[in-house]
Amino acid sequence: MPALEDVAKKIRESAKRLLAEGRAEVVVGYRRGTIPLTTAPFFARTAEECDQLVWSNFARINLANYLPGRKKVALVAKGCDARSAVGQVVENQIPRDELYVIGVPCTGMVDNALVAAKEPRPIREVVETTDDSFTLKGEGYSVEVRKEEVLRRNCRTCAHRTPKLADELAAPEVPGATPDDFADIKALASKTPAERLAHFKDLIKDCLRCYACRNACPLCYCPICFVDETRPQWLGKSNDPMDTLTFHLLRGLHCSGRCTSCGACETVCPVNIKVREFNRILELTVQKEWQYEPGLSWDQKPPLTMFQTDDAAEFIK
Amino acid sequence: MSDFEPKIVAFFCNWCTYGAADLAGVSRLEYPPNFRVVRLPCTGRLNPKFIMEAFKRGADGVWVSGCHPGDCHYIAGNYHARRKFILLHQLLESIGVEPDRLRFSWISSAEANKFQAIARDVVEHVKACGPNLAFRKEELKLGLAEVA
Ligand code: SF4
Ligand code: SF4
Ligand code: FES
Repeated sequence: MPALEDVAKKIRESAKRLLAEGRAEVVVGYRRGTIPLTTAPFFARTAEECDQLVWSNFARINLANYLPGRKKVALVAKGCDARSAVGQVVENQIPRDELYVIGVPCTGMVDNALVAAKEPRPIREVVETTDDSFTLKGEGYSVEVRKEEVLRRNCRTCAHRTPKLADELAAPEVPGATPDDFADIKALASKTPAERLAHFKDLIKDCLRCYACRNACPLCYCPICFVDETRPQWLGKSNDPMDTLTFHLLRGLHCSGRCTSCGACETVCPVNIKVREFNRILELTVQKEWQYEPGLSWDQKPPLTMFQTDDAAEFIK
Repeated sequence: MSDFEPKIVAFFCNWCTYGAADLAGVSRLEYPPNFRVVRLPCTGRLNPKFIMEAFKRGADGVWVSGCHPGDCHYIAGNYHARRKFILLHQLLESIGVEPDRLRFSWISSAEANKFQAIARDVVEHVKACGPNLAFRKEELKLGLAEVA
């Protein structure tokens, strides 16, 4: 159970060393958030700035999002983020030698919605010292929460918690969790089309189309996203349910074979939509059809950039 | 429902199915007139958003057809397309698009008879699904209510 402060120290040391050696010009990591239960992305460019870097049970955002187009950058990355970073290199968003990965073996990050369900009173402060529990403090109360009980869904089924391809690790390796069995996705097959549609329409009924999920996703680096195209305009600007559904379907497709289940999209959604449901349908298909998982090697080819002449597609007659 | 005539948006590759439709025409092979054809240079050009757009604008069915694997005019366009279709097909079916509303086929420019047979089959299946009410945009539904 490494103390968070020990991990942070290690991150700061590495960050300072990389800046001093000129290996990196900027270190992208986390600093304390301005409100409880959060961290914020932080770009450290000097030794003094490195002292603001932290490690936390709330380091949910995927910082690989900031890599495309950058030079000489060191990245603080959990298992999933490091895989996204590998994806960025594989997709030529950043050359391998411009990137240095400070990997942090991770035991999962906290889902704030679950915390709020457990503790409805206003939370003024969070005290965290280790990676297995933290203390919530508010007006006249203080309660301890075990992290295991409030983990994000994606973290509960994360098989790649240790960033194996990182250039160095800031904490001891940790074992992976049991991978997602996709039971709910497989169960869709026994429902009628109308039931499935009702399920998915209900899932996204509160979507504001703020596109925070897209903005937080490291895969969404297109200079012009299809949602912003105007000639022709593929998505109306109102909140028509079909436009919203189309957004989620196309977003899912664009991420297919690339998503590392980092959960950044779900984390930033202001209305707690389980955005990844669409990704998971496709993740299952990608694994089944092409036995592919993204971000596990520097030279893998994403499944949609290649083909086999005998790819099975019985439905095309 | 018997007098329901579906509108079906058909995306045909220029080098094969589009030719097959022509050949069926000049060979006087009769097929139903329910299609609005969009000619593609290759199935590799088919962006999934085209299909969503068709449904959103009220198409009752969508049919995508291109060259047989190995016969693509651009050598590999349809191999790439096939991977996209596998994902798209799985996704749309999983979220509740009736399987019969969306059809994929490979038809070469010589296969006028196959074209005729599949065209009939597609119309029959889309008819059985009934009008597309679930996947059209709200404003179109409003339009429908006004004329009804
Ligand atoms: S972040 Fe949530 S509300 Fe915003 S577009 Fe994504 S799913 Fe919709
Ligand atoms: S789609 Fe969501 S879970 Fe997947 S990589 Fe993007 S932000 Fe992470
Ligand atoms: S040219 Fe017909 S599918 Fe490529």
